[in-house]
Amino acid sequence: MNKVSFFIPLVVFAAIVLLSLLGFNVGNRNELPSALIDKPFPEFTAPDLFQPERLLGRDEIVGKPTLVNVWATWCPTCAAEHEMLIKITERADVRLIGINYKDDPGKAVAWLGQFGNPYDLVLVDQDGLLGVELGVYGAPETFLVNPAGDIVYKRVGDVNERVWREELRPRLVGMMPDIVRPEESDSAAMR
Amino acid sequence: MLRCVSGLVALLLTGLLSPPLQAASPVDVFNFEDEVQEIRYRRLIEVIRCPKCMNTNIAGSDATSAQTLRAAVHRLIVEEGKSDAEVLAFLQDRYGDFVLYDPPLNERTWLIWSVPLLLAGLIGLFIFRIARTHPVDSSDASLPDSEALASLDDATRDRLEGLLSRKP
Repeated sequence: MNKVSFFIPLVVFAAIVLLSLLGFNVGNRNELPSALIDKPFPEFTAPDLFQPERLLGRDEIVGKPTLVNVWATWCPTCAAEHEMLIKITERADVRLIGINYKDDPGKAVAWLGQFGNPYDLVLVDQDGLLGVELGVYGAPETFLVNPAGDIVYKRVGDVNERVWREELRPRLVGMMPDIVRPEESDSAAMR
Repeated sequence: MLRCVSGLVALLLTGLLSPPLQAASPVDVFNFEDEVQEIRYRRLIEVIRCPKCMNTNIAGSDATSAQTLRAAVHRLIVEEGKSDAEVLAFLQDRYGDFVLYDPPLNERTWLIWSVPLLLAGLIGLFIFRIARTHPVDSSDASLPDSEALASLDDATRDRLEGLLSRKP
């Protein structure tokens, strides 16, 4: 037994500990990295929720900072984040587009009537195939799209104050410095 | 009794040799143009991972996202006439390497792919080291080879052969 091989078990043990530490500290294991970040928002055709005969496409997304929110009435987290979406449209001059995902359009219209409609437009994706184009695997999911039409950020799960403050707001301000309304800047400074 | 045993053996064998039953996939009603399409569909949904449920393929999951992906695979095969590779590439572009049960070798996965090679190398090194520090002791080896015998003079050789052939 020479000196080097004496330390082999210790080195192996340290390697296992290190790997475990890395493995168990992977942030959110349920959140997959999106394959679409920095890619253009895909082409699509989808009907308008309120005027089903009107078909909408990618043109509705480009030209302005846009949040695309995938939601459904069957999704409890969507109800929980709804108020936050309303607040965001009050705080910032951002376009908010909803994708009503695998839902009943009638229920969706009623739901928006009951809880308020912060969306500039709601697209209907009843069979979920637009969702597949976007790599959606649940609701809610929210995409931030820049004026050029590229996806710059994706949130899986609810949009809450923390996501607004740490992820969405800085990116929106980066795209367009005056996008956040003055009241919001003031209250942010007071905080 | 014998018949009973052979029956049991036959039963065991059929159990062992038949392909494992697939996890009963939730019932989807899909139409295919021909059997090849259906076989391709069944094979593909076995190798695509359900993004919502982590350790299940989309064939074995009831999650809505798995249903949606099965419908997407069906549409790509039947309506758009895509090849198997195109279907996988389509999903990989949208859901990332994660959806493939057989992830490609790239800059993010080379480490995990190299583990078996690394382990084999380490074990090889270990064996090499042991072999070097504990050389085979030749003193207790078997009979001396003919070359060595030939180099001995006659008297010594006779004595040696006598010793070796003596019964214990």
